[in-house]
Order: sequence, then structure tokens, then C-alpha cells
Amino acid sequence: MPVSLLWAVDVYGRVYSLSTAGQVWEQCRDAQMEFKRVTAAQQCCWGIACDNNIYLNIHASDLPVRYQEETYENQRWNPVDGFSERLLPSDRWQWSDVTGLQHQPLDNFRLPSISWEWEGDWHADENFEGEPTEKGGWTYSMDFPATYTKDKKWNSCVRRRRWLRYRRYKAMDTWAKIPPQQTMLPDPFSDISCGGWEISDEPSGRLSLWAVSLQGKMWFREGINHHNPEGSLWEEVPLPAEVVQISCGPGDLIWAVLWEGQFIVREGISRDCPKGTSWAVVDSPSPDVAATHVAVGMNVVWALTKDNKVWFRRGVNSHNPCGSGWINMVGEMIMLNVGLNDQVLAISCEDRAVYFRQGVTSSELSGKTWRAISVPRDGDRSHSSASASSLQSAGCYFCGEVRAQSVVSDVESDTDKGSLDGASHLVASISPISPESFVDAPTDHSEEPIDTPKARIPKVTSDSFISELVSDREPGKTTREDGLSGPAVLEEEPIPGEEEVEAPTVVDSADTCSLSSVATYTLAIEDQYGADEHPLWAWVSGGGCSVDSHSQLNWFNSLVQSVQSMSLSVTPAQTAAWRKQIFEQLSERTKREMDNFRHYEQAIEQSVWVKKGTMQWWRDWKPHKWIDVHFALEQFSGPEGNKDGILFIYYNFYEEKKYLHAFINEVTILVPVLNDSKHSFAIYTPERTKQRWPIRLAAATELEMHDWLALLSDSCCNSRGIQGPPSKQAAWSVTCKGDIFVCEPSPSLEAMPYPTPCDQMFWRQVGGHLRVVECNSVGIVWGIGYDHTAWVHTGGYGGGFSQGLASSTDNLYTQVDVKSVYIYENQRWNPVSGYTNRGLPTDRYMWSDASGLHECTKTNMKPPSPQWTWVSEWAIDYSISGGTDREGWQYAADFPGAFVSIVCFLLHRKSKLTSTGPWQEIPPISLIDVTILPCAAQSSVDVVPLWAISNKGDVLCRLGVTTLTPAGFSWLHVGTDQPFKSISVGAASQVWAIAKDGSAFYRGSVSPQSPAGPGAKMYCWYHIPSPGKQKLKQVSVGRTSVYTVDENGNLWYRHGVTPSYPQGSSWEHISNNVRKVSAGPLDQVWIIADKVQGSQSLSCGTVCHRLGVQPVEPKGQSWDYGIGGGWDHITVRGNSMEPPRLPSLTAPAPPSPLPVRNMEVNGNAVGC
Amino acid sequence: MADDKDVLRDVWFGRIPACFTLNQDEVTEREAEPYYLLLPRVSYLTLVTDKVKKHFHKAMRAEDAEEMWFEYEGTPLKWHNPIGVLFDLHASNTVLPWSITVHFKNFPERELLHCPSNSVIEAHFMSGIKEADALKHKSQVVNDMQKKDHKQLWMGLQNDKFDQFWAINRKLMEYPTDEGGFRYIPFRIYQTTSDRPFIQKLFRPTSPEGTAHTLGDLLREMYPVALPTDGEPKRYQVVIQGIEPLPETPLQWLSEHLSHPDNFLHICVTPVPSD
Repeated sequence: MPVSLLWAVDVYGRVYSLSTAGQVWEQCRDAQMEFKRVTAAQQCCWGIACDNNIYLNIHASDLPVRYQEETYENQRWNPVDGFSERLLPSDRWQWSDVTGLQHQPLDNFRLPSISWEWEGDWHADENFEGEPTEKGGWTYSMDFPATYTKDKKWNSCVRRRRWLRYRRYKAMDTWAKIPPQQTMLPDPFSDISCGGWEISDEPSGRLSLWAVSLQGKMWFREGINHHNPEGSLWEEVPLPAEVVQISCGPGDLIWAVLWEGQFIVREGISRDCPKGTSWAVVDSPSPDVAATHVAVGMNVVWALTKDNKVWFRRGVNSHNPCGSGWINMVGEMIMLNVGLNDQVLAISCEDRAVYFRQGVTSSELSGKTWRAISVPRDGDRSHSSASASSLQSAGCYFCGEVRAQSVVSDVESDTDKGSLDGASHLVASISPISPESFVDAPTDHSEEPIDTPKARIPKVTSDSFISELVSDREPGKTTREDGLSGPAVLEEEPIPGEEEVEAPTVVDSADTCSLSSVATYTLAIEDQYGADEHPLWAWVSGGGCSVDSHSQLNWFNSLVQSVQSMSLSVTPAQTAAWRKQIFEQLSERTKREMDNFRHYEQAIEQSVWVKKGTMQWWRDWKPHKWIDVHFALEQFSGPEGNKDGILFIYYNFYEEKKYLHAFINEVTILVPVLNDSKHSFAIYTPERTKQRWPIRLAAATELEMHDWLALLSDSCCNSRGIQGPPSKQAAWSVTCKGDIFVCEPSPSLEAMPYPTPCDQMFWRQVGGHLRVVECNSVGIVWGIGYDHTAWVHTGGYGGGFSQGLASSTDNLYTQVDVKSVYIYENQRWNPVSGYTNRGLPTDRYMWSDASGLHECTKTNMKPPSPQWTWVSEWAIDYSISGGTDREGWQYAADFPGAFVSIVCFLLHRKSKLTSTGPWQEIPPISLIDVTILPCAAQSSVDVVPLWAISNKGDVLCRLGVTTLTPAGFSWLHVGTDQPFKSISVGAASQVWAIAKDGSAFYRGSVSPQSPAGPGAKMYCWYHIPSPGKQKLKQVSVGRTSVYTVDENGNLWYRHGVTPSYPQGSSWEHISNNVRKVSAGPLDQVWIIADKVQGSQSLSCGTVCHRLGVQPVEPKGQSWDYGIGGGWDHITVRGNSMEPPRLPSLTAPAPPSPLPVRNMEVNGNAVGC
Repeated sequence: MADDKDVLRDVWFGRIPACFTLNQDEVTEREAEPYYLLLPRVSYLTLVTDKVKKHFHKAMRAEDAEEMWFEYEGTPLKWHNPIGVLFDLHASNTVLPWSITVHFKNFPERELLHCPSNSVIEAHFMSGIKEADALKHKSQVVNDMQKKDHKQLWMGLQNDKFDQFWAINRKLMEYPTDEGGFRYIPFRIYQTTSDRPFIQKLFRPTSPEGTAHTLGDLLREMYPVALPTDGEPKRYQVVIQGIEPLPETPLQWLSEHLSHPDNFLHICVTPVPSD
């Protein structure tokens, strides 16, 4: 789990963050002023500062927040000037947007706020629909609203070109003020809450931000998304009554507390309407006590009442946002917050410490116990001389809070609650009631500039006055004056004027009491809190804090203890003295007790060991079905002491007992094939690989299957003498189920002319779950999960089912992957009821997969395999190609065809798989492709160039990747004019990439010294036209060769690539039915092919090896078929082992048909 | 860097060379040669001495041979303790091979349990595993196992199959990551200086504050004299599997790696030899 932050504000207004990996509250030094409240998301944190402005702190990321501004330059041809800016009066503006309706000259573009900067100057875009244009990017047409082409024709009367300029958000990791909106100044914000990032599929950055003002109004920030993190404007949300506090969950839950003590719940929130439509009212948990606070998560609502009791709302989900009833929980809290994964944080009313709710899981959302987060704050020592005044002001907070909660039905006292965070403390210093404060302050307290606001009770009427005073203040100055005014207020304690207006007398006396007690016992308080041992927290936000009930947090012990307990955890234990001692003594023991006695007889003789069991077998003959079989694995010690074995499958054939056997040393791979009916796995031998018909076996339970798999794979590895981690030369592959396999290549794998047939390659499984894996020959291996998370190989092995013996003990981590499952809902229109889900029998199933051939319903649809669990509800997917209407429906005349009278509706749901493997996450940027320089094994390259594409299409270069630090340390963003989707770096550091529009790019002047090229500017990309109008989708660059695959499955070879002309000259077609290609450091070419003929069926996703590749014949001759189908990805970029030189090689052997079966000369990878 | 799994192998494949000689008082038909054997430390004497029995039976008349038992320097060896424990406790400072006297008469009823067949050893071994799991996981793991898994544990020990044994035993060594260890550490402390068979109490792998308990912590509570005091020469050796781990070794790690197949951590405390 990546490191993330918990944010909190203490009673002095200082902002702190606590890392999930850390053990200390770190003060946000950047904060120039005190904050009242913060609300965090994973990528940013919003806050209300004491100047009543909203501030945004975006966490620095290697991926910049950029925005592409574009405008079009339009010209018309006339006989005199040729093309010129002289347009007809009826024409569009000379500078316009793409439609031509908006006038957009270059200098009209302004930066939205001071937090932005321009990345460069305007430049013309020379890429047109995936193809390069000449002559400055002009595209031509007959007249303006028409189709443009890149070629000038005789009838081209108008032309236009697109100008681009990027602006970049620069205010990373600092609190940047959101420019205030004039209309709302008189009413400063008192509460703020962000969330809503789960309601759409947009890239992270889209947020719903809600705010409440002192007067109880509610505001929604429009237009926050990943390239506009500040949002555009505040829009008021109509309310049934005045609100004090609001909480917005990551999904569609939004609750707010009314001044009267009830709750309102927002309804009608959806992807299209993140603001929601209406309010529903929910009563306070107890009839006599008003609610004061609410916190919502994905599926939970927690609340507080005025008596500080904690309440949990039963039955809350997105269909029923109001829930069904309250449950009283233990604990007395003054503030609650629900973070990610519905984890709950609270501030206790007793000691003002932050508490974490332990044991909150999706099945037990209410958790088990409160546990105090007890970690020190950085700068504790430096602040330990905390001044009396700040402590007093802390005391004031207490009174303020107490008072706020003891006041019933008084509008103004709630203002007080809002303001006790210091919103309007300035009244105290500035308002005419307390003129002494100015007199007192400077002399006494000028040396304590960092002290904060104390609660003061402003009159609503004075607020506008304050706000005006405050709004144009410099942050620094504010701080100073806060400190100055701090103690003064206390001295002039009860303010008769205000109290009269404010509250009934009973409350008054309580007030006075508590306040004066603070004043009286200042010294006592100082003793109590003087050393800052007691955290005085005011606000906490877990919206950016990614923890769950399994997270290992070091928050709960004191520093010393946790350091000790750290020594138990994996890494430090490796180096501990006690461990060394044990290893040394054990080897001494062996020497002492055994070395001189090896000739003694062993007490227990070794023998054949047989493990038996019953399983089901997918029988070889038709009709194929599962039949019960007895299964036995006989293991024995081979002649050279290595273990070997035979496995037997005993079955009945027409009452006759028969058996099938396989030698363990011939098994090439064991593939788990989990589906929801069977716990099955497949066993391949070279013969079975040729037939595309493995031995398929099913165990009764998943556990049993894993036991067998672990045993069999251990046995296979033993018989082949393979142990320990994969070598640097290893080939890696991934199946369509995300299982990862690794193969140790033999030196003769790339031999000429007789390479090892690739159906004889032995693959063993490595734990974890990936979609893509890439490696190079110095042993750097990266992977990308289905959820686009980047992973780096830790050098371990095993994991997954082979826990225990066949795994390394360290270097294994938990890996989580998330995958979306899609189903279509089809509805047929009938004249009576319109569109319903009552279909005709000839139709597709009402719930089906994409083909319409298999029935899938929301209820019977299971996660991809039993290892997966659902993590979300079904939701409509809007991203379907061809467009959908607002509710996600597509229309067609009849299935299949153009959608008209039948509607079709794509639903998706996320599922999650947790496994273990030798992989460590590289947060936070999600990737879709990665490539590593395939260096030769002997090369002394220290820093290894590694390129990647983020899931938004940004090109990234990883800095600091070496064999010692394969994860590198940070990303360097490389500018492009459009999003990319595939990238590959060759042995000579040449970089090729494919853009989203299917065109290829070559990046010049990339040297190992400056991996990202000079200045990382976008003009370094040379646009290479795609082959024959095909849209390319993937590229792989070997030592010199460049291969691409297009969307129609064609494999292309780049012809004419030479050192002096690295772009090459043309594309040459090699093969069709290709899904993926991997070119290695020897220029070897491996692919994943589709439609490969087997004995019983065609298979998709087969690993194939190009034969006959040599310098004189770089395209090779034919394909050799290996493991498959069901494979999705392969990389051979680790194998830089030169094959052994055969004497026959010296004489140019005629490319005769090679004696390897299943090969085809030339052309298609197809078998049919 | 060596792997923790190597420790498991080293522990499993630990062997003690032994020389079995027939007691002089036994009635023999011809002279019985001593019998040399490598004994697995983790196994049980009566389980691995079939060959010894056969060897000496050859020299005796059948009616003279009663139940076989073993003795070292006058101490009858309790077969129900693992061989390694017997060695560490009674003979750790002896010259190797370990010289064991074989008896076929005068079975010391008061000191030894009878062992008529391997099924008795199996029952004893399995009860050890169950007791250990009761301490470690409230018996949940062992109860979730099938009969054949139990059998596999036993067969693994009986046939000296490390893989076979650990394929099952690893489940007994698991614990929830958030708890930092087993519920209680199954351990037994043996001593030669007392008549008590062993010390066994409830002891958690971590303190209430969450720090890991060490071997030193355990001894401090169970057997404080075993720990060296400052400024005095060491009086006791604390031996586990023939080695002396440092007192700061985490107990949980020891339990996972140096336990015998019965899942107990057998700790021998013996006086330091005076020479």
C-alpha cells in the first residue's frame, strides 16, 4: 500500500500530517497562517485558513498538472496575396476555437491564477489525425465548416492550423489561495468537505468540494478536475434550513448538520449530477439532544450529538443514503471523520487526542475499538516552551466547544461554533469592545508569533466588517497579530454586550465559569499541557489516508517501542546479531556433530514417496467432460541425487482400468485455471503444447488445488534443478488471468539454425497478479497491474500458492489488483410498455457478456475467479465506444447492428484480488506501459533508462534506476502533444512510441547520459507515418530492429533503420494474427499470436518465437510455437545470452525448412 | 545472505552420531558388536532404532529380549523426548559419537514409558502437535486439518521427508499479521538439576505494549538463574537444537524456526561444565 497522509489541525491552528509509514506528526511548515479546518483527498488537501480564504495544497507529483490551451488560425486564399489573414466578412474570426464561433486571439489566453505558469510559447501543431503535415501544420478545405485534409488541392480555398500552448500548475506542496469570489465575501466559510471522486471514472483529480458559510449557506465548487484542480467557481446550493457542518464521502453520500440539530441528506447524486438534486431530513439520534457533527464515507455515516455521544447509522448505501437507524457507540468525541475504506478517525472530548477506529472492515463497518494515535509531533521540543498565551487560547477552545454544544436553539451560538476555529478572532483585537488588547499585547507577547486564534464570539452583524478587514490581509501579518491579540482577549473576559444578545442566562453562567476557570488556572493548564505531551487536536481529515483494517500502522506505540518492534520485522532482522549467531552456530553444529560421521548409516532410509488423491480430469476423448480419476505423484531420487517423479492419472474406460502418465521432468508448465465452477489447473508437456490440449485436472477445493500445485511445481523445479529467484536472463510472461510465469532460457534458445523448440521451455509461476511485465538483462523487472499500478520485482520468488517452501522468505509482499467486470443489459422495446427488460426468446440474454452468447445477470455474474471479490456495486459505464445517451444506453435496430429499437446498457463492477508475490508497489502514478533498456549483461551501465506511459498518456522517464535500486526514485515528465499508449527503448537508447491516435514517434538524440533527451522538450519526437492507414498499438525495439503491432493484429518490421538514419524508411509486413511483440537485445523476436491450430481447437494467445533471425535476415523466416493459448504478454528483453556458435554457421546455411514441427515458412502466424 | 528456510532444513537434517553398545549384563549367545548410526535430532529414539534392535537381537536368544530401552551414563533415556533434547540435556559435552547403552531387561518402569509400537509414538507426537496448536491458535489450525494432513505430518517425520512434513506444518506456523505472533509460545524448559520433568507455562510472544518478547524475557520469567548475571562467570548454558541462541533472539522467531516437529520449542538448561 502506498504511503499516504492523515491530516490534522491542532487547537493552535497548526496543520500537521502523519504518514501511514511514519511515526511522527509533521508540521506543515509551509502554512503561513493558522488553519481552521482541512479536508483531504489523496492528491491534495483543502483548508480554511484564519483569513477565511480557502487554500489548496496539491501534493507534488512527478506528473505535472498541465492544461493544453488551443486555438485555431484561419486563412482564406485570394488571388493577390495567396493565403492570407484577410477573410471574408461572413467568415469566422481569424483566430477562433475549433467551431469558429468564438473569437480566440493568442493574447486572450490568461493564466487562471497565480498558481499557474506557461510551459513554453505558442506553437503550431503539425500532427493531423495521426499523420504528419508539412508547411507549418496547415490543413486545407474548400470552405470553412468542412472537412480538412492535410494536402493542398486545387480547390483549397481556406486553410487553418491549430496552435497549442501548455500551462502548468506550479503551486505544488504549498498552500495556494483560491481566488475569492466577490459575491460571497461578506459570509466567510466555516466548514469545508471534499469527496465524490468515486462517482465517475474520470482520472483522479475530479472532486466534489462542498463548503458551509457562517450564515449557514452551502456552496459547491464547480469544475474541479485533474487539469483544473482549483475548480472554477462557487455555486450556492439551495437549502431547507441553515447548515453548520457538512461531510462529503468518496462516493455519493453527503450529509450535513442543521443548526436545529437534525441532518439533511443529499439525494440524486450521480455522475452527471455530482451536486445532487434534493435534500431529505433525518432526525437527530436522540430526540432531546441535537446533533452537532456528521461524517460520511463510502457506505457509512457516523454522527455526534451535543452530549458528545457517538452514533453509527445502520443500513446506509448509495440506494438508501438516509440509512435506517442509529446505533450508539462507545466513546465521547468532539469530532469525527471518515477516511478512505470507511476507516474512522475521531478526536476525543476527554484528551483531545486523535483516535483511530480499529477493526473497520467491509463486513463490520462499525469497527471494534477506539485506539489513540500516540506519536510525537515534530518540533515538539522547539515548541515545548509553549507560551502561556497559546495555552490559554487552547483553553478557550475548550470553553468555546463546550459552550457551543450546550446552547440549544440559538442561531448565534452556532455562529460561535463555526467561528471558534478562529474564524473571527480578529474581532477581538479590532472590534471596539476591546481596545486594550492593542495596548497590552505588544509589550507582553511579541516573542510568541506563532500563536493562534482563540475563540471569540462575534456577532453576525459584525462579520461582514471582519471579513472585509481580513480579506486583504497578508498571511504573515495575520499570524503576528493573532499572537499579539491572544492573551488580551482573555483578560477582558466576559463581554456583556455580546452575551446579552447571545444566549439564555443559564448558559451564560456556564460560559463564564468555564472561561474564567481557564483564566484562573492558567498555570495549572500549563503544567498539564506544558510539554505538549497532550495533543490538543481540533480537526482531522482522513480523506487522503489510505489505510484499512490490514494496514500495519506504527501510530500506536511510543517511538522507542516501535523502533524495537521494527527489529522484528523482516528487513532489520536479516542483519540482527542474534540471527547471525544462529546461522553460525548451526553451521558449527553441523561441523561438530556430522562432518566426521558422514560414513555412518542413516537411521531412516530414503524411499519412494507417493502422494495420492482423487481429482476430476477433463477427458481427452469426445464428448469431453469431467470424470473422476485417481491421481498419484511418485517421487524418488534420481540417479544423480536429484529428485524426480512420475504422475499417474488412473481412470476407467468402459469399465476397464487405464492410466495416463507424465514424467515430471517433461512437464513444461502448470497453469491454474480458476473459474467459478472448478478449481482446475492444466499440465503441459511439449507434446500437449503442440496439440494445444493440456491435461486438465480439477481438485475438490481451492486449497487442495493449491496444495497439489505447490507440490507439483516444487517437484518440477527439483527435477530440473531450478531453485531460487529467476535469473537476469529470464523470459517473463503473463496469462490472460494475470498469472505470471518465468522461464530460464537455455543458451541454445536463440541458436542458429537449431534453436531449442519453444514448446520445450519450462515455465514456473511467480506469485502476484499483473497485466504487463517488462525486464532487461541486468535483472530489472517491472510490472503493471490490471488497475495500472506499477510494481517492481524485489528479487524474490514464489508467493501465490507456493507459500512456504518454494518461496523466498523475504521480498514477498501483499499485492492487490483491481479489475472491472463488464456486462451488458439489453432491453427490447415493445409497444405496450416501452423499453423493458422483458425480451423475446430469440434475443440475447437479458444480461450477457459482450458477445451476447453467455447469460450474465447482475446476480449470477461472479468475479473473474474465486480469488476475486467484489469491491463495488454495479454501475453504468459511459465510456462505451460509439457513445451513449445520458443514462448509458445504446440503441440498435436489432441485435446485432446499429442500435435503435433495442437498448443496450453497459454495467461494470470492480473486483479485487489479493495475492502475495515478489513485487513492491511504486506509487503513485498509474501506468499503461513500461520499457527498460535491454542492456547487454556485461555492460556497466549504472543508471538504466526506463520509460513508461501513465494511464493518462503522459510519457515518463524514471530516474535513478540501477540494479541496486530497480525502483528508481522519481519520474521525469517528457512533453508530448498528444497522449501516448506504447513505448519501447532499444539497446542503443533509441526510443519509439505509439500515440493514442495510432501513429508512431521516434525520439531523437537520446543518450544514456541524458535519458530523456535534451531538455525533455516535445519537439524531439519525430513523427513516423503508420503503415498503410493502420492504427498502430504496440512497439518493441530490440538491439536495432523495430517491430510494431497494429490494431488489426498485423506485425510490422521497420525497414532501413541504420545508425545514420535511425528512423528507418518503411514498414514491412511480417505476419498477421499477432497480439503483442517483444524484441530482445539479440534482436530476437517473440510474439503472442492468435488463432494457432491445435489438435482439437484453435487457440488464442500463444507464445511464438521467430526463427531464422540473423543480421543478414533481420526479419527471420518462420514461427515456432510455444506455450498457449491464454497468454497475453511476453518479454524476452532479459535474454542477451549469445547462442553458442556452431561451425555450420560459418557456411551460410540455406534457409531450408527447419526440422521443428508446427512451423510455417513465412507470413501468417495462423494455422488456418 | 542465508535464508531463514535454511534454518528449517538445518534443524530438520540435524544428526547425532551414536554408538549403541549392548549392556554387559545382557545374556548373549555371541559377542555383540557396537552399532553406529546417525540419529535425526528431531525424531524419537524408539522410532529410529529398528536397526539397532535387529542388530542386537541377532546376538541374543529371542526369549532373553524384552522391551528395548536405552541409557546414557546411568540415566535412562526417555524416548518420548526428541533425540536432540536427550542429547543436549545429558550428553552435550560428551565426546562424539554419543555412546548409548542398550538394555533388553529390567525396564525402569518408574522412569520410562513403555513403547510397544510406533502407534504409541504417533499418538504421543500428535498430542504434542495438538497441544502446541491449542497454545498457538486455540487449536483452530489443527482442527481444520483433515485426517490425511495429520497423517502426512506423522509420515513426514517417520520417513524423514522434510517437504512432506513442512507442506502441512507451515500452516501450523502461520499467524495473523496484525497480531505479531502466536497466542502463546509452546515451549518446554528442561533441566538436569531438578526432578521436575520440565517447565511449561503460558507465555505470549509480545508484551501488552506490542514489543516482541525475547528468549531472555522468557528465561527471566521462567528460570532467572539461567541468565548470566553481570560480572559473574556464566553458570548455565541455554541450548536449543544444539545451539545457544543469544538472549535477545525474538521468541516468536525461535518458535517458528527452532521448534521440534511437535511444534514445541524445547529448551535445555544445563550447568556449564566445570573444566
